[in-house]
Amino acid sequence: MTAADAWVGRRIRVRGLVQGVGFRPHVWRLAQALNLAGSVANDGEGVVIHVWGDAATLDGFQARLWREAPPLARVDGMEAAPHDGPAPGGFTITASAAGRVRTGVVPDAATCPACQAELFDPADRRHGYAFGNCTHCGPRLSIVSAIPYDRANTAMAAFPMCPACAAEYADPADRRFHAQPTACPACGPRLWLEPAPDAGTDPLDAAAALLRAGGIVALKGIGGFHLACDAANAGAVMELRRRKARDAKPFALMARSVEEVGRYCRLDAAARDLLTSPAAPIVLLPRRPDGAPLPDGLAPDQDHLGFMLPYTPLHHLLMARLDGPLVMTSGNRSDEPQVTANGDARDRLAGLADAWLMHDRAILNRLDDSVVTTSAGAPVILRRARGYAPVPLPLPSGFEGLPPTLAMGGELKATFCLMREGQAILSQHIGDLEDAAALDDYRAMLRLYRDLFDFTPAVVAVDAHPDYLSTTLGAALARECGARLVRVGHHHAHMAACLADAGIGLAEGGEGAFGLVLDGLGLGADGTLWGGEILQGGYRGVARVGHIAPVALAGGAAAMREPWRNLVAQLRHAFGAAWRDHAGAVLAHLPPGAPVALLERMLETGTNTPPCSSAGRLFDAVAAALGVHPARIGHEAQAAMALEALARPHLGGVQPYPVALGGGDPVVMGWAPMWRALLADLATGESPGRIAARFHLGVAEALVAAVARVGASQGTVVALSGGVLQNAIILGELQSRLRGIGCRPVTHRQVPANDGGLALGQAVLGALMAPTA
Amino acid sequence: MSHGGGGRAMARLIRDIFLRHLANPLLDQGHDATRIDAGSGRIAVTTDAHVISPLFFPGGDIGSLAVHGTLNDLAMAGARPLALTAAFIIEEGFPLADLDRIAASMGRACREAGVPVATGDTKVVERGKGDGVFITTSGVGVVPEGVDIGPRRLRAGQAILLSGPIGDHGIAILSKRQGLEFGTEIRSDSAALHRMVADMVAAVPGIAVLRDPTRGGLSATLNELAGAAGLGMQLDERAIPVRPEVASACELLGLDPLNVANEGKLVCICEGEDAETLLAVMRAHVEGRDAARIGHVTVGPAGFVCMTTAIGGQRVVDWLSGEQLPRIC
Ligand SMILES: [Fe+3]
Ligand SMILES: [Mg+2]
Ligand SMILES: [Zn+2]
Ligand SMILES: [Zn+2]
Repeated sequence: MTAADAWVGRRIRVRGLVQGVGFRPHVWRLAQALNLAGSVANDGEGVVIHVWGDAATLDGFQARLWREAPPLARVDGMEAAPHDGPAPGGFTITASAAGRVRTGVVPDAATCPACQAELFDPADRRHGYAFGNCTHCGPRLSIVSAIPYDRANTAMAAFPMCPACAAEYADPADRRFHAQPTACPACGPRLWLEPAPDAGTDPLDAAAALLRAGGIVALKGIGGFHLACDAANAGAVMELRRRKARDAKPFALMARSVEEVGRYCRLDAAARDLLTSPAAPIVLLPRRPDGAPLPDGLAPDQDHLGFMLPYTPLHHLLMARLDGPLVMTSGNRSDEPQVTANGDARDRLAGLADAWLMHDRAILNRLDDSVVTTSAGAPVILRRARGYAPVPLPLPSGFEGLPPTLAMGGELKATFCLMREGQAILSQHIGDLEDAAALDDYRAMLRLYRDLFDFTPAVVAVDAHPDYLSTTLGAALARECGARLVRVGHHHAHMAACLADAGIGLAEGGEGAFGLVLDGLGLGADGTLWGGEILQGGYRGVARVGHIAPVALAGGAAAMREPWRNLVAQLRHAFGAAWRDHAGAVLAHLPPGAPVALLERMLETGTNTPPCSSAGRLFDAVAAALGVHPARIGHEAQAAMALEALARPHLGGVQPYPVALGGGDPVVMGWAPMWRALLADLATGESPGRIAARFHLGVAEALVAAVARVGASQGTVVALSGGVLQNAIILGELQSRLRGIGCRPVTHRQVPANDGGLALGQAVLGALMAPTA
Repeated sequence: MSHGGGGRAMARLIRDIFLRHLANPLLDQGHDATRIDAGSGRIAVTTDAHVISPLFFPGGDIGSLAVHGTLNDLAMAGARPLALTAAFIIEEGFPLADLDRIAASMGRACREAGVPVATGDTKVVERGKGDGVFITTSGVGVVPEGVDIGPRRLRAGQAILLSGPIGDHGIAILSKRQGLEFGTEIRSDSAALHRMVADMVAAVPGIAVLRDPTRGGLSATLNELAGAAGLGMQLDERAIPVRPEVASACELLGLDPLNVANEGKLVCICEGEDAETLLAVMRAHVEGRDAARIGHVTVGPAGFVCMTTAIGGQRVVDWLSGEQLPRIC
């Protein structure tokens, strides 16, 4: 007992994502290994440990607690204090005190290495089993229906554990201790193929054979169904496009390994980390010029491919039977949300799939694949869903003690955000609310998140646009909850989302910062439509100190679908009624039979042609001028993304187009000089790629010059937000040019720059704008 | 015309133009307040101020529109119209020939409808204080026994009927006003619906709702009903009639035909088993020739109108807040 005489007691508080991720068994195992005594428990603030041992061992224990934390845990802070009292005998996991505990729910996670090893180990009882998982991996948010996060409140309630699984579940030394979705072939979900293959044929073998033969298979995953086909089979790829009625939107791919991805794309360390992370997102990667060939139809006009790695045992088992990547696109018609239920898959994907690889574990909550890319070695999130939601995002300092706020998001790429106690919980990407299924999902997710996080808002923040469905729903919800309704300017919300996402606290970002917010459109503070804005201020309020010259949206939202309308509107704006005299070769790019004269008449008379300082429509106009999808685009930003890909190889060797900085207060960026130079380039036969490059550089140069004109100086924070900032050229050029004039550009990290991140900005602004009672 | 404070010039104007075109026994009583034999039943009253630019458009003018609009408002209560009143506010300098044309058109619309203008009033305002001419029409009618029309009678499962193609009026007005020449002339659907409604009500007295989808179009009408009843609606886009020339004009203009105004169409919501009877009655009238069943009332989501699109998707049919600001781009 000499050793025990030297023992001291400590109380260790661990904060972060430490519940529901196997943190308590991790503590327990470590304490066992070091022969420490004490206990570990979950409580309302995280995990609390009471531990006794000699001081040096306790120090080592603390270090390893952090260093060896389970894969899904995120330790935000650890504080230790001396603890009096006698050491107990041994180390125990204490049952959670009822009531106060907020276990929350963690994101769905890709199959961990240990589970992968079991999957392919003939001696393991889960060998070849498509639904194995453990504390470190498996479905989470996608299968939960209520709190507390127990098996009974998940889609696994239908599968009572067999004795072997129950023993693992109850054993703190086991990787499956308290793993709610744990399962095995004896007790868990079952896999089958429809139509049924010949008797005795394994459904995975049959599905793999079909894929090898060029067939299309609907595949039930974690957050929804996918449609899969052989990515190397051009005929299968085109057939999938035809059946989905999806002409050009890039298809996501699944490869067996990082090495396989590397045969097609350039990979840096950040991209490798993303591909192999538990979130297992689709990672957009630059194609290798010398890469292995793939059909053009996978990602027309794109110089990037979106790859992900298998993230469920089912994927691993299927991919192991194939010898190349699969197209893995969302299982839906055209742009509808992907289907999640077996019945819907049979109905809605009839005629799209040749066979259905299904199982009987229900997907309760749709989670699309997340999409991420990298910029300068750091992740840039483009769509945040499976694997990321509902991880709480810590807010920078200054947002503690504000009223609990629910932000309703935008209209397209809708997400909502719960903000409380200095944290923001952003929902997964839900989709375009005008789609009835997406609206249903939005309402259901709102109910689920409010339940999971026991959340009642005191403030409901909505976009200033009265016609967003999210605005309508938010107003109704505020009435229902007796919460204050706060309307937040669209571009102010973008800027605030970026500041908060970049970790700029309230003190630093309250005022005196700039925002460069470039998107399609949003309702501005003056009741007109904005979309290419320089804002000065911060969380406390902004002034519009600069903007892109407003040009008519010829036919409102029709201008989004038909780029040529923007070309006519831009040229007419730049050159007046005689624009045709200047247009030259561009006229040939107007779609044959396009009703140009009628469109001009609409512009003359102001018939459904609201002016808008949209950056997105400017890109469309330039794309149309180069003959890039002038007639119609099939998905958002299709023309702009093609223009970006066209420009990328030429950035080094060209000069930016000139742009006029007029106005004064606010400064207005006018494009007539740019159009004049562009038309002259076209007339001399300059290549579309070089023209596209000059345009990109011109936009970036003009914006930075305008920011300098309105007073940005040494050290000024400039927040870069809005969907156009998903253009890597614009993002990169703005960052380097802003640094060049001494500014401090900040960008999005954890939420998308487009409207998918809007709710975060609405939340912080809504909470600040609501007067405290 | 000159600005007058009553007097002889005004009397002559009334006699030469209004009385000439609108003459009928009730108006000829010459009283400020006309007495009408209402018979039995409940009285329905409505009033409408008509301001429109242009005053003359393909398929009608402000005169016929003022008659049709008010008759239709009565009809949508299930009422049999008895009489109208008309008040004219005329801008000084407005051409008498145009006024004559408008009054003649009103007279024709009344005679065709079999409903007289029972009394009226005329004022002239200074130049620049009006926009040509404004007409306010009121109407009285009688609702037959057993007819009880209103959104509180909406129930899930009821059928939604539409009397014909939508969007004609709004596109006709817009193209005329803005000088947009589409290949084919698009004419307003302005028409009186009370005769068709009388037959509908006689055939199925239990009709739950009648509405004319005027300003804001079909989407505003249905959203308003869904909101008032706390129910949902499900439409089928392929079943909603839209003339091809209207559809292509809407495409160019960037407008949704569902949001465009109509002046001679009605929405009827009835029990499912009455739908075919009512469609047959409607199709027997020229105003209802292209009547169609376009959807049904649902339990929810409450207050939302959803539509199966032509390509098989499901979209929310939105109710815009007047400004028609695009939301997405
Ligand atoms: Fe936006
Ligand atoms: Mg009325
Ligand atoms: Zn695992
Ligand atoms: Zn089992």
